[in-house]
Amino acid sequence: MGRQTPLYKLHQELGARIVDFGGWDMPVQYSSQIGEHHAVRRAAGMFDVSHMCVVDLEGARVRAFLQHLLANDVAKLKIPGKALYTCMLNEQGGVLDDLIVYFLSDSWFRAVVNAGTRDKDLAWIRSQAVSFNVEVTERDDLAMIAVQGPEARAKAVQLLKPADAPAALALEPFVGRELGGWFVARTGYTGEDGFEIMMPAKDAVPAWRKLNELGVASCGLGARDTLRLEAGMNLYGNDMDENTNPFESGLAWTVAMEPQERAFIGRAALAAIRKSGSPKKLVGLLLEDRGVLRSHQRVVAGTVGEGETTSGSFSPTLERSIALARVPAGAGDQVQVDIRGKLLNARVVKPPFVRNGKALIGVTP
Amino acid sequence: MSTVPADLKYTRSHEWVKSLADGTVEIGITDHAQHSLGDLVFVEVPDAGRVVKAGEACAVVESVKAASDVYAPIAGEITAGNPQLANEPEAVNTNAYAAWLMRLRPAAGALAAAALMSAADYEKFLAAEG
Repeated sequence: MGRQTPLYKLHQELGARIVDFGGWDMPVQYSSQIGEHHAVRRAAGMFDVSHMCVVDLEGARVRAFLQHLLANDVAKLKIPGKALYTCMLNEQGGVLDDLIVYFLSDSWFRAVVNAGTRDKDLAWIRSQAVSFNVEVTERDDLAMIAVQGPEARAKAVQLLKPADAPAALALEPFVGRELGGWFVARTGYTGEDGFEIMMPAKDAVPAWRKLNELGVASCGLGARDTLRLEAGMNLYGNDMDENTNPFESGLAWTVAMEPQERAFIGRAALAAIRKSGSPKKLVGLLLEDRGVLRSHQRVVAGTVGEGETTSGSFSPTLERSIALARVPAGAGDQVQVDIRGKLLNARVVKPPFVRNGKALIGVTP
Repeated sequence: MSTVPADLKYTRSHEWVKSLADGTVEIGITDHAQHSLGDLVFVEVPDAGRVVKAGEACAVVESVKAASDVYAPIAGEITAGNPQLANEPEAVNTNAYAAWLMRLRPAAGALAAAALMSAADYEKFLAAEG
């Protein structure tokens, strides 16, 4: 038996199928994975993301610490509550984890890291924090619910005191704030608008039930995976890990090489890779033949070489199969994927595939 | 609770087998199997004329989550793959016992030799599997 979130018993009561995810017993689906996917694209759905690890970082030099620790530059965070997506690298430029960091005050930042990398991340962060005299606190007293979809915000604010609702609705994308003891952030992992809400563990069950009553669908990790894949968002451990760098993972946009004097961990390795040019790139694939792309399928890029799919699934929105794949940098716009020994045609596309309910990739039915 | 029609035979890998009047058999996956897999989005069925051994993987059903092989319960020759499933894989979710995957003409003696369960035995098997 794995670790359980404060919502575990409620998931069981709601008929969820439970699977192991990074050492946690998590709901993969309630009734229909495709139905849950569409609920988020068309109305509102919610996910228990309490397994993710919230880490508070406090100290007078916390900003300097994060400028050392992270590949993106927290100097970009100027207004309190603003969030930044970033990789945390090792000295070789490999991705230890991807995370979101919130600027709360000059002496307080909050990071949200992946569940499966929790222990490794905490040990790494703590070891790096010592010389900056930054205090690292794992907030396992908090639960987190992601409410996502075009109707998500309007429904979720009904959980708040009426006086707090306007402030929540006024949050800009990628900004969070404390409201009535909860931390409400306009972030997510689905390509839809919505909130991720951190709350004391005891509040999670009543919040979930109230959201159900308001018509927000309970959604499992299965739908979360197809939603994030359509949105072109990487999954740590699939699309990148310690042995791949951001440049070959579609994450160059998250690496702040300027200013040059910022000596973040992994910088020297990335500078060398950038100088010689990354031999690989991460692209989107749209399967043109019939079938379903999965991770770890061989990709043949003509005479340029071969690569591999890193995530693949059926896209419920496009009703076609899509994937992310790491391929040679010189791969063109047409490749083939080896599915059970047959080479099927796929078109190379630029993710995201779907954003805010709309297909961004031309699909001929 | 999944349904298990009394007039069919079953395998431990969750296929059902129906004997047809012309001596061939129709093969599909059980209601329990479709429920475990979830929403099916792709079904690959074998071509007519293919000769298969008992236990040979000869069809694939793919849900959003994963691909699963379907095994020939009986040695023989495929006489048809169900063409409907190319465009309507969800028919297996809707009615697993109507949406056959393939028809097969058993090799001589193969039907008698096949390790098939009665509906009652399959229900016990499901209960034991949890």
